[in-house]
Amino acid sequence: MAPTTTATTAHPPRTIVLVGHGMVGQRFLEALAEHRVTDSARVVVFCEEPRPAYDRMHLTSYFSGTTPDGLSVTPAGFMAEHGIELHVGDPAAAVDRAARTVTSAAGRTVAYDVLVLATGSYPFVPPVPGKDARGCFVYRTIEDVLAIEAYAQGATAGVVVGGGLLGLEAAGALKGLGLRTHIVEFAPRLMPVQVDEGGGAALRRTIGDLGLDVHTGVAGKEIRTDAAGAVAGMELSDGSAVAADLVVFSAGVRPRDGLAREAGLDVGERGGIAVDERCRTSDPAVYAIGECAQAADGRVYGLVAPGYEMAETAAAAIAAGPAPAPPAAPAAVAKTFTGADTSTKLKLLGVGVASFGDALGAADGCLDVVYSDSRAGLYKKLVVDRDGTLLGGVLVGDTDAYGVLRPLTGSVPPVPPEQLVLPPGAGAPAALGPAALPDDAVVCNCHNVTKAAVRGAVADHDCTTVREVEKCTRAGSGCGSCEKVLTALVNDELAARGVAVDTGLCRCFAHTRTELYEIVRVKRISSYVRLLDEHGREEARSGDGCEVCKPAVASILASLAPVIGADGYVLDGEQGALQDTNDHFLANLQRNGSYSVVPRVPGGEITPEKLIVLGEVARDFGLYTKITGGQRVDLFGARVDQLPAIWARLVDAGFESGHAYGKALRTVKSCVGSTWCRYGVQDSVRMAIDLELRYRGLRSPHKLKAAVSGCSRECAEAQSKDFGIIATAAGWNLYVCGNGGATPRHADLLAQDLADDELIRLVDRFLMFYIRTADRLERTSVWLERLEGGLGHLRDVVVGDSLGIAAELEEQMAAHVAHYRDEWAATLADPERLARFVSFVNAPGVPDPSVRFVPERDQVKPDLTLLSGPAIPVRGTLEGAPA
Amino acid sequence: MTTTAYAPARTVLRVEIRTAAGWHPVCDLGVLTPGRGVAALLPDGTQAAVFLGRTGDAYAIGNRDPFTGAYVLSRGLVGSAPSPQGSRPFVASPLLKQRFDLATGRCLDDDEVAVPAYQVRIAEVAA
Ligand SMILES: Cc1cc2nc3c(=O)[nH]c(=O)nc-3n(C[C@H](O)[C@H](O)[C@H](O)COP(=O)(O)OP(=O)(O)OC[C@H]3O[C@@H](n4cnc5c(N)ncnc54)[C@H](O)[C@@H]3O)c2cc1C
Ligand code: SF4
Ligand code: FES
Repeated sequence: MAPTTTATTAHPPRTIVLVGHGMVGQRFLEALAEHRVTDSARVVVFCEEPRPAYDRMHLTSYFSGTTPDGLSVTPAGFMAEHGIELHVGDPAAAVDRAARTVTSAAGRTVAYDVLVLATGSYPFVPPVPGKDARGCFVYRTIEDVLAIEAYAQGATAGVVVGGGLLGLEAAGALKGLGLRTHIVEFAPRLMPVQVDEGGGAALRRTIGDLGLDVHTGVAGKEIRTDAAGAVAGMELSDGSAVAADLVVFSAGVRPRDGLAREAGLDVGERGGIAVDERCRTSDPAVYAIGECAQAADGRVYGLVAPGYEMAETAAAAIAAGPAPAPPAAPAAVAKTFTGADTSTKLKLLGVGVASFGDALGAADGCLDVVYSDSRAGLYKKLVVDRDGTLLGGVLVGDTDAYGVLRPLTGSVPPVPPEQLVLPPGAGAPAALGPAALPDDAVVCNCHNVTKAAVRGAVADHDCTTVREVEKCTRAGSGCGSCEKVLTALVNDELAARGVAVDTGLCRCFAHTRTELYEIVRVKRISSYVRLLDEHGREEARSGDGCEVCKPAVASILASLAPVIGADGYVLDGEQGALQDTNDHFLANLQRNGSYSVVPRVPGGEITPEKLIVLGEVARDFGLYTKITGGQRVDLFGARVDQLPAIWARLVDAGFESGHAYGKALRTVKSCVGSTWCRYGVQDSVRMAIDLELRYRGLRSPHKLKAAVSGCSRECAEAQSKDFGIIATAAGWNLYVCGNGGATPRHADLLAQDLADDELIRLVDRFLMFYIRTADRLERTSVWLERLEGGLGHLRDVVVGDSLGIAAELEEQMAAHVAHYRDEWAATLADPERLARFVSFVNAPGVPDPSVRFVPERDQVKPDLTLLSGPAIPVRGTLEGAPA
Repeated sequence: MTTTAYAPARTVLRVEIRTAAGWHPVCDLGVLTPGRGVAALLPDGTQAAVFLGRTGDAYAIGNRDPFTGAYVLSRGLVGSAPSPQGSRPFVASPLLKQRFDLATGRCLDDDEVAVPAYQVRIAEVAA
């Protein structure tokens, strides 16, 4: 096939047609705009999907609340600004290369000078009988995800065919939809392309522990259907079968090269439009980029970073005009694409998995360094050369080191490889920081940004935050996996340049929270406005403050209220305007704008009568109920206007606010202790109730959690709490600064064998010292790590009274205890305070129409479809409004 | 707001929002707390979030948080950002904390995003 000869002018083409508006297509358009090609050329885009380009990589985040709009990667106004004609929902149907025209499904015919194909891939569906039954899906587009979500409403189990990266994401989504989820993978391990056998085993164990059923080394043989032709289950190649109502195929993708084939362009043996290093196809007027293209190295890349690079390559080539005779290519055009790194890091079902470089150890004579701890679900392998050059690796369970290790690939790391895989505390030195990276190391793979470029953004472009660096260099705006290393790098660079890192609380205050606490205490300032006008930054005085300092100051004022003589009720006067919405409505805001309600259940002890009341209230108001980890009951789905009626019933039955909405004491969890348990040595329930009643309502820099166990078997998990107490034969052991959650920390033993009153005195001092000195939103675990002198210093202050402030701290706590009032009882008693609990100020009786629910497992869940439209019309509901 | 010589004996200050159909009364000024918002239902069924700044000026923007789809902007915290043109009031969404300029509806944390902004006036009317 003879390629048509190129045009003779060296000017940019007049009409460019892009087929496919996916992630790569959009990046291509942006690159055209950057090269200012859009200023003179007409650009026409055919987009098959019903919406402009969106972030396919984060498709799964739809299930955690990102709306289709939120996924968009097409800046609003972009097309208009650059005069690009975008035909949404109109795919290109044929290309006539001789006439140089593209004709769309809707019948539009556009003549082009340059055609760019960015048609992406389609999911491969293996030819199993029944694959077209109702209930079979693929996982690639927003439409797929919407269809799966809708179909899963009535379903109980699902099968994902394919245990690769996407398969695991899809499985996570099904699991999140409440389905029993099976993963069927033909290879002997999960993620066979990215991880080796050991990593696969660690992954399988962890994913199995999460409650998913993993079937490896088997293939789907046939899909069973019911009488109505819908999916009922799947038979597997080993003779077994699983019951399922839906099947998601995620068995790889194939390049969409059909249009190119029909137009007679060269395609690779295994598919993919063949392109050269400038992304030109066998017809020099036609380019192909992204997943539909087979790159010059003969590979088809299924990742976004290589696609972006191809987009930039093609745009640069087009901007430079038709290539003159080969050797004279100007430097600006010399951008070429010859192959890419396929490193990946992601969180699958909450399990970190990363692989980079030669992860499977394919190179000749390479060696492995492996650390594996199946108990903790950790597996780390580095592949090195004989001379110590890092070739690649696999990390499962803990991927923190990825950001530094990947850029080090191809060089000899500054510390021996075994130290790089050992967990901290196991004799390993401090983790490698970004300082170890050479300047030309690529720290952000998605956008190909080097360490030098990040440093340059700080040094030459005066960026002072990661966000600014992201805006300046694009680093971090792709998959986000480089965030950690980027932050460290930016901070290092700022420190190195002697930029005083501003430690102020926010744009309004140059003081830290601790300093503000002292100012409020010493000067007895009881008003936010006064604090702002007298102690705020010059430019912020007499302003409105901000969302950071308002709740922080509100918390300080509440903590110090008894001492400075302020009113502790958090909703009155100016105080009301400072509170986060949760504190403002004394309930927890949920994703659809409804609130959840958590009454206090001290120590987790509750009478049957009270339990019945909780059930009745939930039933009567249609609330979703769930038992919390803190031994209480969370009632979800209350509209703001229902809160007073709900609480009237609860207060009537003797319940108080549980402060689940506040940065305050949450719960003191307990085991049954010596009263019932044959091992118990103290009455842990009694102690838990005493502590919870003592500290209820205490406002603090962050939430506080506590627990009491009746013996060293530790059934209440006290060592994962901000303060935890474990009974001993002689009294109580006090542990402090533990944490569960995302960054678990074992609590440290502060004092041993304490009598009841000694214990309470130490906890009083500990909590007040924390409230006085911690930063905003700093949990006790982080605070202790930061505290100069660490645990030793803390013990000196709290137990040894080395600062001579113990009596004062105790007094403050005594004042708190004396002034405690139940916030909900106080609210209900005051019509003025109740007035705010309406959905609409101008229609007090009208419920918010966007807060609706649909059934799920015999309860309700938010109807999120109501939130995706631009507006929800309400009819005939304005009667109650004031004229 | 001006007081005319012939003002009725008893008047109240009322907050009104400009919609396509004209000025629409929302509530008495006294109902608003400086630094906080309320939600209001407009005749066409859309929702507006109405705020009062520290110095007593009222603002209204769409109540829907474009990042989550939830109708909650009225429940965010009001703040102000110092800028060359003086300090500009904003509200921070209570869900994911993105900030929106109260006068223009523009998102301060994402150039591409904006919510509708409404004209607001405080009218003196007979009680
Ligand atoms: C769930 C999921 C998770 C992923 N996670 C990652 C990740 O973590 N990291 C990573 O690097 N990659 C990831 N990927 C892959 C990444 O999304 C793709 O590499 C990227 O989207 C490729 O971009 P593209 O523009 O080439 O193709 P696409 O984004 O598929 O866009 C092609 C577009 O062209 C349209 N089209 C096709 N034919 C025509 C026609 N004839 N006329 C008009 N339009 C047409 C298609 O409808 C489509 O909208 C993931 C993919 C999925 C599905
Ligand atoms: S911690 Fe000890 S006392 Fe409490 S339940 Fe467990 S075994 Fe029993
Ligand atoms: S590596 Fe993906 S955003 Fe930086």
